[in-house]
Amino acid sequence: MKRIGVGGLVVALLAAAMLGLGPGAAAQAPVFRINNLVEPESLDPGVVTGVPEHRIISNLFEGLATNDPKDLSPRPGMARSWTLAKDGLTYTFSLRDATWTDGRRVTAHDFVYAWERVLNPKSGAKYAQQLFYLKNGEDYNKGKLTDFAQVGAKALDDKTLQVTLHAPTPYFLFLTTFYTLYPVPRWAIEAHGKDWVKPGKIVSNGPFRLGSWVPQRELTLEKNPAHWDAATVKLPRVVFLPTDDVNTAYKQFLAGDSDWIPTVPPAQIESAKQRPEYYVTPYLGTYYFRFNVTRPPTNDVRVRKALSQAVDRESLTRFVTKAGEIPTSSFVPTNMPGYEGIRGLAFDVAAARKLLAEAGYPDGKGFPKTELLYNTNELHRVITQAVQQMWRENLGIAVELVNVEWKVYLNQQAKLDYQIARAGWIGDYVDPNTFLDMWITGGGNNQTGWSNQRYDELIVRAGRTLDPKERMRLFNEAERLLVVDEVPIVPLYTYVNKGMLSRKVKGWYPNILDQHPLKYLSLER
Amino acid sequence: MLRYLLARLLGLPPVLLVIVTASFFIMRIAPGGPFDMDRALPEQVRLNIEAKYHLDEPLLRQYLRYLGDVVQGELGPSYRYPDRSVNELIALGFPVSLTLGLCALSFAVLMGGLAGVLAAIRHNRLADYLTMAVALGGVSIPNFVLGPLLILTFALWLGWLPVAGWGTWRHVVLPSLTLGAFYTAYVARLSRAGMLEVILQDFIRTARAKGVSEALVIARHALPSAVLPVVSYLGPAAAGALTGSVVVETIFSVPGIGRYFVTSALNRDYTMVLGTVVFYSGLLVAFNLVVDCLYAYLDPRVTY
Repeated sequence: MKRIGVGGLVVALLAAAMLGLGPGAAAQAPVFRINNLVEPESLDPGVVTGVPEHRIISNLFEGLATNDPKDLSPRPGMARSWTLAKDGLTYTFSLRDATWTDGRRVTAHDFVYAWERVLNPKSGAKYAQQLFYLKNGEDYNKGKLTDFAQVGAKALDDKTLQVTLHAPTPYFLFLTTFYTLYPVPRWAIEAHGKDWVKPGKIVSNGPFRLGSWVPQRELTLEKNPAHWDAATVKLPRVVFLPTDDVNTAYKQFLAGDSDWIPTVPPAQIESAKQRPEYYVTPYLGTYYFRFNVTRPPTNDVRVRKALSQAVDRESLTRFVTKAGEIPTSSFVPTNMPGYEGIRGLAFDVAAARKLLAEAGYPDGKGFPKTELLYNTNELHRVITQAVQQMWRENLGIAVELVNVEWKVYLNQQAKLDYQIARAGWIGDYVDPNTFLDMWITGGGNNQTGWSNQRYDELIVRAGRTLDPKERMRLFNEAERLLVVDEVPIVPLYTYVNKGMLSRKVKGWYPNILDQHPLKYLSLER
Repeated sequence: MLRYLLARLLGLPPVLLVIVTASFFIMRIAPGGPFDMDRALPEQVRLNIEAKYHLDEPLLRQYLRYLGDVVQGELGPSYRYPDRSVNELIALGFPVSLTLGLCALSFAVLMGGLAGVLAAIRHNRLADYLTMAVALGGVSIPNFVLGPLLILTFALWLGWLPVAGWGTWRHVVLPSLTLGAFYTAYVARLSRAGMLEVILQDFIRTARAKGVSEALVIARHALPSAVLPVVSYLGPAAAGALTGSVVVETIFSVPGIGRYFVTSALNRDYTMVLGTVVFYSGLLVAFNLVVDCLYAYLDPRVTY
């Protein structure tokens, strides 16, 4: 009896073990495998906010416009064509003959429904602000207005969508390529509730349709043969792997288990650079430090300037970050198309020491205890250490590093419960506004306590200005306040995209957002 | 026995209540919330979301609401994965974690048991020292070191097995080895010690004196008594293997619940954290109960 007990237990364990395994995944056809690095939070265009989600959803659905694969500029998508009225406020989109995956026609009403859904306070959509560009959009989301007919989105008929903006928005067409503005199928959502995005239930309108989706395991997209532009689509199947350990993901790429990984672990940069698959391109983002201007010693502009001028950004990118990041003293990335950047404060130890002395701390004497906050991450740790050392050597001050976990870090910044903090900002769209309007007084992403009336005025004026030249001039003036005169932040470098791409992949163009619409890609056998 | 079982079963709900209550409030003390993102939400949007998930209510009311749901077996929606409920994610992840845990344990029991017995038979000889040295290594090498080493060797250099993922038996091998290494080593030491103790006892000497072959003596007479410490260890080991696969699941990108356990705590996905805690604690309590019963069954001297 006893022996059967133990032996039986082992057999039962093994049998149970085998039950947990499904059939093996066959991968014979030319499949493009992407290491997407995290499990997508959702596939609902109105719900998501992240980049990994964008890699999937931008291929599953299609907005009024789509992105050119080379420079991401807007190209006709669901909209065949559009016109903009002279006031720069009213767009009229003519939709093409396109269908949802269940055969229904894509109509202007699907857009109006989707936008109402995002702006409706009850749906609690995190990215509702992406539709605050519409006339009365913000008021509707705030509940100040309950009649959606007053919001600037109207279906004139099935094929015509009229959009009225709150203010001239030169980048609005680009925004229509972003998932928050995609149409969604009302009937599917009403029939299935939050389950509507799951395999077998989802109805979409993009060049690809959902194949399978097992959380934390894999998600597959298949070519949508009914898509209006199906002739362009060459990949029959795309697999997204949600490997969240970046070291494992990198090894998966090396073993040939994936064709693209959009990042490289910091410790592997040197060896990755030796491989032909490694790529690095400038990214539309800035790595910087925030100063809390409401607390001493960083409430003194001379201290802030001194700290900014004592950082050798050149050495930082060459010896610390090492992936080819571009040292910068301006906040708007220098690769921003159509924008002549402003040079911020240059590395100048003598000037920095002089400023610090004027502020009452000659040779750093008497400088109060100051903390530099960063969130747990290997790269942030080495960067903050390097800057800490530069400040010690160049200014004679000791700054303490404080490491906290991500959510604590976000919380402390939002509450201004810090002195200096590392930060990064990635542009939402290709326009200087996405880097500059965040610094207005009380802006949700300002988080420095900095407030400047002149700056606020400039941003508002730029928002109303139609002439591109004058607009850029206003932005220039604003940025000068930010990085030369007032310095609530220390820009350090322009981010780069670094990743590994299989050499079998064709139709790939480096671009500043590292977005690569799958319909233009193909695999060479 | 029945009375004991009943008493233990009645003790379950209070234990779980304490766990749920403690985790609920500890989670809320942690700074930051589920909807803090690197792009700050406009005030109104944040309020809208909080209202949607009842996070705007007083904490006590939220707690009671949650308790009511848990009693009905409803663990709530995941804040991070709004398309899915916590129940759904656990239902999807648990079979995977179970498979991984059981494979690791089976490996541990078979290999560890065998090695332990072998070491005992060859007591104080080379095989003994070698086995125990390896076992010491198995206990001391952390799995976040062992895992990547195994990947490097078997996936990248030899190319025999996939780096990570889930789906076929080939995906199970490396994570099971990594997870099972510690338990294998421990089982080896336990079974060796058990065997050494049993082998010196009178009934074994009697068996040998009767002329029973050495193999039979070991297999039939010594082994059943020698494995008792191993069996009593299986309970905590099973619980440990099932709940402790957090690191291994992350390294090998295994879609089990261990991954949710970590990421949801970091994301402040309150319902998901609580859901996994409740589920894990239920599992642990149940395992301990099963093992206590099994022990009584295997060893007649133990009564309740």
